[in-house]
Amino acid sequence: MKRRTTLKMVAAATLAGTMSMATAAFAAETIKIGAVAPKTGPLAGGATVTQWPNVELWANQVNEAGGLNVGGTKMMVEIIEYDDKTNPGEHIKAANRLINQDKANFIVAPYGTGFNIAAAPIYGKAGYPMVAVSAITDKMDTLTAKFPNLFFTLGTTTSFVEGVKEILVEQRDAGKIGNRVAMVNVADAFGIELSNVAREMFVEAGFELVYDKSYPLGTPDLSPVMKGAKAANPDAFVAWSYPPDTFGLAKQAIIEDLDVSVYYSAVATSFPAYFGANGSKIDNVLGAGGTNVDDPKIAAYRKAHEEVTGKTADYWASANTYAALEVLGQAIEGAGTLDRDAVTDYIKNNSFDTVMGELNFEDNVSYKFWTVGQWQDGVFRGVKGVNVDGAVPVRLKNGWK
Amino acid sequence: MDIIVSGLLLAGTYALVAMGLNLQYGVARIMNLANGEVLVLGALAAFWLYLNAQISPLLTIFMVGPIAFVGNWLIYRFLLTPLVRRSKNQGQLEVDSILATFGMSFFLVGIMISIEGGFFAYTYLSEPISILGSTSSLNRLVAFLMAVLIGGSLYLWLNHTRPGVAVRAVAVSTEASGLVGIDVPRISALAFALGGAVTAVGGSLISTFITLDASVGVVFTMKALIIVIMGGVGEIRGAIVAAIILGVVETAVATLIDPGLTLAAAYLIFILILLFRPEGLFGRRAT
Repeated sequence: MKRRTTLKMVAAATLAGTMSMATAAFAAETIKIGAVAPKTGPLAGGATVTQWPNVELWANQVNEAGGLNVGGTKMMVEIIEYDDKTNPGEHIKAANRLINQDKANFIVAPYGTGFNIAAAPIYGKAGYPMVAVSAITDKMDTLTAKFPNLFFTLGTTTSFVEGVKEILVEQRDAGKIGNRVAMVNVADAFGIELSNVAREMFVEAGFELVYDKSYPLGTPDLSPVMKGAKAANPDAFVAWSYPPDTFGLAKQAIIEDLDVSVYYSAVATSFPAYFGANGSKIDNVLGAGGTNVDDPKIAAYRKAHEEVTGKTADYWASANTYAALEVLGQAIEGAGTLDRDAVTDYIKNNSFDTVMGELNFEDNVSYKFWTVGQWQDGVFRGVKGVNVDGAVPVRLKNGWK
Repeated sequence: MDIIVSGLLLAGTYALVAMGLNLQYGVARIMNLANGEVLVLGALAAFWLYLNAQISPLLTIFMVGPIAFVGNWLIYRFLLTPLVRRSKNQGQLEVDSILATFGMSFFLVGIMISIEGGFFAYTYLSEPISILGSTSSLNRLVAFLMAVLIGGSLYLWLNHTRPGVAVRAVAVSTEASGLVGIDVPRISALAFALGGAVTAVGGSLISTFITLDASVGVVFTMKALIIVIMGGVGEIRGAIVAAIILGVVETAVATLIDPGLTLAAAYLIFILILLFRPEGLFGRRAT
């Protein structure tokens, strides 16, 4: 008898609870946005600087403004985060989970070229628009033809290298440097692809590659590489490098007092930590990326980034990552629906007002990005880009003190 | 000369990375797959204290050493002793300890990520110095000297003090040591804790010239493992000699042939040693 009463009470309580939850859920319906990127593993260091803070910042800004206006109803965004451990297998698992279990409405494009390409078929099949940022490749035509919901915003491998080549040519034509170039690359897909493109481009432009070597990712001692490059007596030094070695090469260049007028290293040169670790010694070092800190939109964005996340934005893909999220948000509002096909269509055919300025897509590719920047008095400023304003003149490297 | 100097300095780095694991694996018989994470913890401590309190890593190691000693002792006492007690032979202990420490490494990485998810980028003592005509950086020299100091002290302690002899006895045979009255569990805990302390101090030192981040521990565990096996498990001399060989060969290959072949050269030596002297350079044949 007592058991039946208890059972009835429990049943009544559960029913009441479910009903109240249902009403609550109805009132607080959110747009679920999935984000899978490295929090551990080799690419975690980069994602921590460029990807995750911008996801946090964007969600914060959108929700502070009351949410996104979806066809008249204001809906808040809810970010569902997964760590892919810099492992493509884990990334695919997490992507499938977002689609099938969490039933995410939209997703933030992955971090890293390889991951964007790996996830494209999964998201493509489920119809999710992917506004990719950290995906640099020369195969955009083939990829966008295969995956019509995949968009690119950071440029091609060729334009990436082109920026560096232009600087070398300009300085040589101005008589500031000769044509001896020392080039090194990290023996990872990224470094190999870039050095292959660069080798062809530089030689074609009449430069002599006096030192041309690669080193494994994670090499603890880069002094043989730097000593070898120095011994070849170059006028310019170009490194297609990844974060740990970008830092390592800088330290070695300072130790060896590498006497070049043009010094370029690739990823992570634009990280605030690069300046933080080396100070004024790396003044006039060139690196991948760039931004225009004097642009009021960028300045406001950087301020908000610092206030909300406590971290300083990097001087390259951070702004693009935020802009890509703005594109997604504005497309959802513009299409007035959570229907993914409608939103994808909207992205294809409209222009967007972002921190990078006005963005629009030609055959799924946005041609507005910086390619090369330079540390000038503690600020990494864009010096070369495509369709961007505010490029400053290149300065020559003058010692490492 | 460049090769020899740079090679020896690199050897110092490798020795710092490997000596701790040598003690943990050779004496306590724990294949500690979280060894790299302990190294990175030491690096994180040095980075964090330098960035936030401007404390020199050379002072940090005096804090890191004892804390790592206690921490590793606690890990051995509470996580690993049950495994030791219930394993019937060394093979089973190895498997159990691999699984347990593997899990622990994820736990440690998670903790480190929550403290600092990015790169531990800082520079300390990165002044160029000239050693025998070859340019190198002061922080590498300091790490090398510390490696010599630690390695030398360990060697003297192991060979000329009573507890040291006890440790070497346990490394040879746990049963026989027990029979002659050595408190094996206590000595094993001591060795494990000491190994952890050495690794953490090594981490603090190498963070001054290598930019680490929370996830890179596994690479160092692998490197340490190679050096320990090459040198002979349980032999400090072996680890040091293996570190020297590896350091000099890698630098020679990078300078004379191609920097891209350093890994290939390192693993080639490893394979040769395994083929022709599987117990390691100074190791004992398993009885």
